[in-house]
Amino acid sequence: MSDIFRRDPRAQWIGRNRLHPLHQANSGEAKKGPSGLLRKNLHNIGFMGPNGIKRVDRSGDSNTSPLGRISAKPADLILPLHQIDEADFYIVVALDLVSARLTSHDRDTLGLAHQLANNNNAKGAVLAVAFGELKEDKLETAGIDRLIHFDSSEYHSYNPEQRCVDLYNIVNELQPKHILLPDSIHGGGDLGRRLAARLGQRVACGVWKVTDEHLLCRGAAGKTDIIRPMTTILLVLEECCEPVSETRHQSQLLPFHTTTINNSMLDQGNLSVDPNAVNLAEAGFILSGGNGIKDWPAFHLTAKTLGATEGASRVAVDDGYMPRDRQVGASGTWVTAKVYIAVGISGAVQHMQGIAQCDKVVAINSDDKCDMVKRADLSAIGDSTAILNDLRNLVQQHRAGQNHPYEGVNHGQ
Amino acid sequence: MANDNMTIAQNISISTLISIGEHPLSGRPRRAEQDARAIELGLKLAADKLDSLYAGPALNTEATGVLRDYLGMGLGQIQIIDVPEYTDVTSTLLEHFSANKPDIILTGVQAEKGESSGMLPYLLAEQLNIPIVASITEIVSIDKQAGHAEVLQALPRGQRRKVKVNLPFIATVDISAPAPRQSAYGCAMRGELVVKQCDAYHKDFEQSKWHVNSAQKRPKRLKVVKAKTAADRFKAATAKVQGGAGKVIYDSKESTQEILKMLISEGII
Repeated sequence: MSDIFRRDPRAQWIGRNRLHPLHQANSGEAKKGPSGLLRKNLHNIGFMGPNGIKRVDRSGDSNTSPLGRISAKPADLILPLHQIDEADFYIVVALDLVSARLTSHDRDTLGLAHQLANNNNAKGAVLAVAFGELKEDKLETAGIDRLIHFDSSEYHSYNPEQRCVDLYNIVNELQPKHILLPDSIHGGGDLGRRLAARLGQRVACGVWKVTDEHLLCRGAAGKTDIIRPMTTILLVLEECCEPVSETRHQSQLLPFHTTTINNSMLDQGNLSVDPNAVNLAEAGFILSGGNGIKDWPAFHLTAKTLGATEGASRVAVDDGYMPRDRQVGASGTWVTAKVYIAVGISGAVQHMQGIAQCDKVVAINSDDKCDMVKRADLSAIGDSTAILNDLRNLVQQHRAGQNHPYEGVNHGQ
Repeated sequence: MANDNMTIAQNISISTLISIGEHPLSGRPRRAEQDARAIELGLKLAADKLDSLYAGPALNTEATGVLRDYLGMGLGQIQIIDVPEYTDVTSTLLEHFSANKPDIILTGVQAEKGESSGMLPYLLAEQLNIPIVASITEIVSIDKQAGHAEVLQALPRGQRRKVKVNLPFIATVDISAPAPRQSAYGCAMRGELVVKQCDAYHKDFEQSKWHVNSAQKRPKRLKVVKAKTAADRFKAATAKVQGGAGKVIYDSKESTQEILKMLISEGII
């Protein structure tokens, strides 16, 4: 490119015209003037201080603009690094990792481990053991000082015996002060009990509060509280402790060699479950129908197409369109679905109580002033039959498109 | 689920371990829900040859009443190993099973009374050196010649996993297994309670150090604002909650598109 300075009349015009929409964007920095020299517009430098005096900050810390100060963005706060170089002892945490990410239960467990490792200025390290894939992007803020990651292909399926042996070897080598596992149905409860049986140690289950010397555990299937002395293996409940939030941690990867064993159990994969056979209380995706539905066969067909568990409001059940065990609400089932689609349900208080724990609620209704629309994250106003038919067609088209070899984007099935 | 291709070997021996349950609200003794499901599962596989075993204090009216309820499900007899309360029954049961090891031992996931740690099946599995499968809902097939069985395991959100496991094994039966049959009075009266005295048992001394109260309500987690500066604290105190109202769409085409988008983003479709 030649060094000849070329005027850009349009840019200059925009620079002169303060009302031009591009004026702000173009006038911020130093420009070459007509003679080729750099020209800085001094009027644009700095900002007006609180008492009306112009301030110029040359430290480079503040981001000023010609019009004044741009409110500081919530900058990515860099948390202080909690560094453990020589650990006095270890607290081992075996993570659940649902769909390769830390669960909130995992984070609570790590929070408790961090607390136990640093109690009374102790210098312990939290050693997390992860089995299988790990896709967590906020790993360093979870409170993991050391990480042992078993990621060979056999860990991608259910192999609790192998995991138990690995954990047993880790415990034997490092002699941790405590071993913490989430007492969950995602595998933590099972693994912890296996490990305790193998180590021959007494386990504290359902721990929900830890003081210096004592544990508070749920006993008798949740009916009693047991106060007992501290143990080595703890199976902790959710919200037993606040998760780590004020420090970053090293997440230093420790190598560890596995000894492969002969598994006496073989994972043969998940079965495809009929959505209507799933208990309504634990269904993840519910399509629920109410008084506003005119075409029940279309509703059932839509539920089948979407793969949703069917629910109903009290009116639909009373009118005999749906069986009693499908009723959602105070006198029916309290549901915990991730997505709940309410079709033609205006939203009686009793029904709203039943869906209080749902993450996302979609309302399909003809009345835009009903309570369900106020609660819903997304509301479609119109004739329910038409919307359901459209939705069905759209989903079928989407599925057909997915199977197409050239535009297939597979959504985690 | 897979009844048509179910292959259940005939000469399979199944043992169930049962306990005395406790109603969560009234506290009355009852059939433990998961143990009753274990019996139901066992009865479906081997109706006439199901062994049922109870280890615990048996010579009181409450326990006998509940054990009669179990008998009413169609069991011929229940073997009772009579040990006092607060006994570690692992060694007692080990002694029983080391004499004749059954192919399958079924039990509930956890007891409804006491510590209810759910450790007993794991300890038995470890001591007997056999595999354990947790929270099963169904035994799909048993192949005694090949020496393995296929079971369905309960996962969260009503999902099921098929696991092939070597015989003999211990399985804990989940609450989502098929509901137990009712107890019939005639059966309960006809059934036999065979009490076996046990002199050598291990008292669980550790439990005597514990304090047991009725469960407190757990405090709800508070949303703590961790603001470093006054401006942040001010913002946290005054800021309105974002996204109070959802999106309302009147156009049918657009709304179905939005719903589809949401279903995709939630990983459902």
